[in-house]
Amino acid sequence: MSYEVLGITVLWIFLFGYLIVASIDFGAGFFSYYSTITGKRHLINNIIERYLSPVWEVTNVFLVFFFVGFVGFFPDTAYYYGTALLIPGSIAIVLLALRGSYYAFNTYGTNKNNRFYMLLYGASGLLIPASLSTVMTISEGGYIQVSDSGKVTFLFSKLIASTYSWTVVLLALVSVLYISAMFLSYYADRANDRGAFEVVRKYALAWSGPTILCSLLVFFAIRGHNAEHFERMTQHAWMFVLSFACFLIAVYHVWTRKRLGLSFIFVMLQFGFAFFGYGAGHLPYILYPYLTIHDNFTSRPMALALISVFILGLLLLVPSLYLLMRLFLFDTKYVQGKRGK
Amino acid sequence: MMLLSGYDPVMYSRMLTGLTLAFHIIFATIGVGVPLMIALAEWIGIKRGDEHYLLMARRWARGFVITVAVGVVTGTAIGLQLSLLWPSFMRVAGQSIALPLFLETFAFFFEAIFLGIYLYTWDRFKNRQTHLWLLIPVVLGSSASACFITIVNAFMNAPAGVTVKNGHIVDISPFGAMLSPAMPTKVSHVLVTAYLTCAFILAAISAWSLLKGRDHVYYKKALKLTMVSACVFLLASAAIGDLSGKYLAKYQPEKLAAMEWHFETTKQAPLVLGGVLTEDNRIKYGLKIPFALSFLAHGLPNAEVTGLNDIPEDEHPPLFIHYLFDTKMAFVSIMVAIGAAFLVLLWRKRDAVYRNKWMLRGIIAAAPLAMLTIEHGWIFSEVGRQPWLLRGIMRTTEGATASDHVDTMLIVFALLYLVLAVSAVTVLIRMFRSNPAEEEIAAKGIQGGGEL
Repeated sequence: MSYEVLGITVLWIFLFGYLIVASIDFGAGFFSYYSTITGKRHLINNIIERYLSPVWEVTNVFLVFFFVGFVGFFPDTAYYYGTALLIPGSIAIVLLALRGSYYAFNTYGTNKNNRFYMLLYGASGLLIPASLSTVMTISEGGYIQVSDSGKVTFLFSKLIASTYSWTVVLLALVSVLYISAMFLSYYADRANDRGAFEVVRKYALAWSGPTILCSLLVFFAIRGHNAEHFERMTQHAWMFVLSFACFLIAVYHVWTRKRLGLSFIFVMLQFGFAFFGYGAGHLPYILYPYLTIHDNFTSRPMALALISVFILGLLLLVPSLYLLMRLFLFDTKYVQGKRGK
Repeated sequence: MMLLSGYDPVMYSRMLTGLTLAFHIIFATIGVGVPLMIALAEWIGIKRGDEHYLLMARRWARGFVITVAVGVVTGTAIGLQLSLLWPSFMRVAGQSIALPLFLETFAFFFEAIFLGIYLYTWDRFKNRQTHLWLLIPVVLGSSASACFITIVNAFMNAPAGVTVKNGHIVDISPFGAMLSPAMPTKVSHVLVTAYLTCAFILAAISAWSLLKGRDHVYYKKALKLTMVSACVFLLASAAIGDLSGKYLAKYQPEKLAAMEWHFETTKQAPLVLGGVLTEDNRIKYGLKIPFALSFLAHGLPNAEVTGLNDIPEDEHPPLFIHYLFDTKMAFVSIMVAIGAAFLVLLWRKRDAVYRNKWMLRGIIAAAPLAMLTIEHGWIFSEVGRQPWLLRGIMRTTEGATASDHVDTMLIVFALLYLVLAVSAVTVLIRMFRSNPAEEEIAAKGIQGGGEL
């Protein structure tokens, strides 16, 4: 495997990690607010808070990790994406900032369950995936113009008017809700909280249909927008078939209310296969058609240094993450709220 | 006013980056220093079996979470803004200093994981020591991330580990780039002053309660712990500050010359305190201390110090950094005076420290001064490297985005930081006002807790 492919694979794994943990977080924020308006807050709030409190910071780091690594391995991306993304990127930053800080203000401050804070928290949870997903859309090409002198112009109105970009936004939204509800079903089940479980189970089932529909929609939209990419994706068709099979298994378990841990593993596999199938089809382009992973890849010593540090870092991170999960995810007493803080 | 007429992406990019950093630094400094103070309090509490110190650690940690939240989100903002506002720079930085940037995220990741665990396991382990151990990775992680990000900045001030041909970086040694000559002084200065500032901030909180007449022994213990720590850090930062001057003389003489308004290269150079610079670069009303600049720069009264006239005019940093530096040093001397007064008072008549109103007022004043010193130090350091973005390699104008709308983003972010600042301060004040320490001590039934 060449350094370029190794680099992009590592980064893609991190982005996938972010996709899963952030979806749980974003969706939970939305459900938390939604349950307040529908009067079901007392049922599900405990499990949401018990899960989110110790992990909310870690979620953010996945994202930072991804883009720092990206600029490190592929310095030219900073130039193209940096210039193009000033507005969508800044919007995402503002939303992330409001969301992160108001979560803390609401959870640790004295003025708990402030409606306004909750609204900020819930609404941003849906807007952030929408604004971040524009990066995916832009990477397909067609929304950036590069002049002969190298000046990058972002065609904002074209992005707004494009059907493809809206299908991606839609997919991002429903996936967030689906992944989150599937996870919360598992967590509520572990907590032995039947009331909460029944509520989030309904959310999970309700969002499963739209998720699969939107995935199909994006599939067709790519064909219209970037036929070359679609062509390469069909070469990895088996991954998408497997993804769909995993979806069926996951939903089946939630439907029968049995083995929810396994069900969530299949949710991750479902998105894993689709995400890596999409990514593999995207290669070698990082920004179609201007930038491939081979253009201006970082120098050999830097790539080596980054990869070595990355492996050393994993040796530190994996046990720590395991400890975090042991203490807050797989500790039955904590999950059931029987441990003091 | 010239700057504000017409759209200039470079100027707006500088303003927006400056604004984000100035805001982030407040929370970043707290993020680096407070964990150390929490660890100290918890350690003393366990060692002496004194519940007061354990409660102190717990209360500090509670407030710390709020500041961490703002620190995390503004840190994410500056991380992304680097690419959004300085795309050409990040293209070069990606080649040369991706490693410390990457390491910084690792350190931060490590810290985030253990902070989450620490905050939710106060009563979970039978052995109290276990909980204290969880804080070690938090302290290490926060200090390491400050260290790595400062290494990035050190590279910008004095690039190392790279070969430059025709203004382009051709050969890179990733670890060599981390060992820039600016690195040792910058990293140690950043760490120690962060500890110092946090010690003063926490001291000011206790001093405030004591000044309000709440004379519970808890506040006295807190004040003593934080002020003694502050004095230790003051000594350390003075020593490092001196080394920083010597570093400047050797590697960035133009910054030293601009900050001291030193135009002619001379031996036995005097140090100028205060003063005003006239249009034709003459110093008025300044206080000149003979030999001092030579001494500051090289440790010898006869040493030669490079003057600005020997440096190409288009590489001169702005001369107003002299005012920044002098203001900073004025703040430092006030802090030294307050620290010294505290030690003397503590030594001569123990209990007066906790009752003397002027002493307490001085300590309260020291906290904002310490934070202002951090801000002044950073602005001085950053403006003093102008016109370079990467000293000797890339000018600031070459690194900025050409994108439209930077001006709009400047307004958006200014509003964001205003809202965050107001909310964070409100939440923090409400948090501690509604739950004072003596009430918590009573509610928890903490007895005695040892003498001061």
